[in-house]
Amino acid sequence: MGATLNSIWTVVALVLFIGIVVWAWSGRRKADFEEASRLALEEDDQPGAMPTENPSEDKNNV
Amino acid sequence: MATDTYELKVVRQFAIMTVVWGIVGMLVGVLIAAQLAWPVLNFDIPWLTFGRLRPLHTNAVIFAFGGSALFATSYYVVQRTCHTRLFAPGLAAFTFWGWQLIIVLAAVTLPLGVTSGKEYAELEWPIDILITVVWVSYAIVFFGTLATRKVKHIYVANWFFGGFILTVAVLHLVNSAAMPINLIKSYSAYAGVQDAMIQWWYGHNAVGFFLTAGFLGIMYYFVPKQAGRPVYSYRLSVVHFWALVFTYIWAGPHHLHYTALPDWTQSLGMVFSLVLLAPSWGGMINGIMTLSGAWEKLRTDPVLRFLIVSVSFYGMSTFEGPMMAIKTVNALSHYTDWTVGHVHSGALGWVAMISIGAMYFLIPKLFNRELHSLKLVEVHFWLSTIGVVLYITSMWIAGIMQGLMWRAVNDDGTLTYSFVESVAAMHPYYVIRALGGAIFLTGMLIMAWNIWKTVAGSKPAEMAIPAPAAAH
Repeated sequence: MGATLNSIWTVVALVLFIGIVVWAWSGRRKADFEEASRLALEEDDQPGAMPTENPSEDKNNV
Repeated sequence: MATDTYELKVVRQFAIMTVVWGIVGMLVGVLIAAQLAWPVLNFDIPWLTFGRLRPLHTNAVIFAFGGSALFATSYYVVQRTCHTRLFAPGLAAFTFWGWQLIIVLAAVTLPLGVTSGKEYAELEWPIDILITVVWVSYAIVFFGTLATRKVKHIYVANWFFGGFILTVAVLHLVNSAAMPINLIKSYSAYAGVQDAMIQWWYGHNAVGFFLTAGFLGIMYYFVPKQAGRPVYSYRLSVVHFWALVFTYIWAGPHHLHYTALPDWTQSLGMVFSLVLLAPSWGGMINGIMTLSGAWEKLRTDPVLRFLIVSVSFYGMSTFEGPMMAIKTVNALSHYTDWTVGHVHSGALGWVAMISIGAMYFLIPKLFNRELHSLKLVEVHFWLSTIGVVLYITSMWIAGIMQGLMWRAVNDDGTLTYSFVESVAAMHPYYVIRALGGAIFLTGMLIMAWNIWKTVAGSKPAEMAIPAPAAAH
């Protein structure tokens, strides 16, 4: 019984995973994913706290 | 109104403690590395011996340093990508003080020799209960924030943080189940090979979810942020997450090759460890390729360099790991210093360096200051890199040499070397390893100075929560 359940769960997990891959690569998701990927970037950050903004400027004597 | 800004106090507290615990944990590491090279450094004091301090080192770097980095970044990222204030800030404050108390209790009990003897889960049952309470509070704060989010989508970094919080809760509860006999001694609820299997199901998934999924959450927010570009492939990040979740959980048996564990279980663990290479490298490529079109930033931005080199170390150690999980390779590598080198390529190269990069990004923002000195970050970067390289190359040589010496046999079938001969052969490599660790620690001290100069006399930053966007 336990072995049967284990087998069923293994197959279900595999099908589920393949389903996720297909879903992620489906064309319909593209626009949503592009929007989602900008979530990390869209916000206005604190002024002056971004060390990359003026890479040429020497900031050693702040 | 106070609710218009993000809750950042607890983030600041955890961020600062990340630096503090990093130094403490690595200092203990350097001491025990030196003890292996020069045993006289035990000083014949029981609580200073390697056996007592080694778990203190691992607990301090994993749970105090790494844990603080994860708390800080997850609390920050979940608020900013959900456009909402942290859920139950009082409970979040409790997780900070509770976690610090756990660390202090670990620092007292482990040197006293109070241990349950389970690797990476050495703390005794009263502390285990406290960990459970703090962890459940963490889950309530994190998932509560997700539930009250103002944006529809849950950003991928939060999936990794959420997976890490949930899995670690389950791992901790199952593996720490024990029968107490008094306040400081308990016996595992499991026996024999079942106990070993549960321990390494826990142990490897502590690597997979605490030290990997959580820090991948950091990668998926801070690399795009510092590079100023969205993640290379969002759909790949979704598959990366689910692939890790579906495969990591099976890989634990590779810690028990050639033991009493049934052979099929060992082979299963080996196969899933090999499968893990695919999602790991998918994730690594996703992190590094986020820089495509902006590679020149690596030349001028040492913070970005920390982040990207850490992802490279992630790729390196997730190639090495599956290779070492192959039974024939493991026959040579197991119980040798190669394993120790592998762990540190992940722990110093990946976990520590991505945490350091994230802290250099985060702390100036949290205190509304510029970083005191980018030059010192540059110095720190090179010290870290040189330190890791010295550490792992010396352990590769030492480990392979040990493995070969242990298996060498004479024509008449007797062993060529006694065990102590292999110990003596390790001396120069142990010295190099201690040196590598000391160099890495020096970098952390420079970081502490730099962060101190950055935040001293500053006022805490306030960050406004964006108004809800128009419906679309």
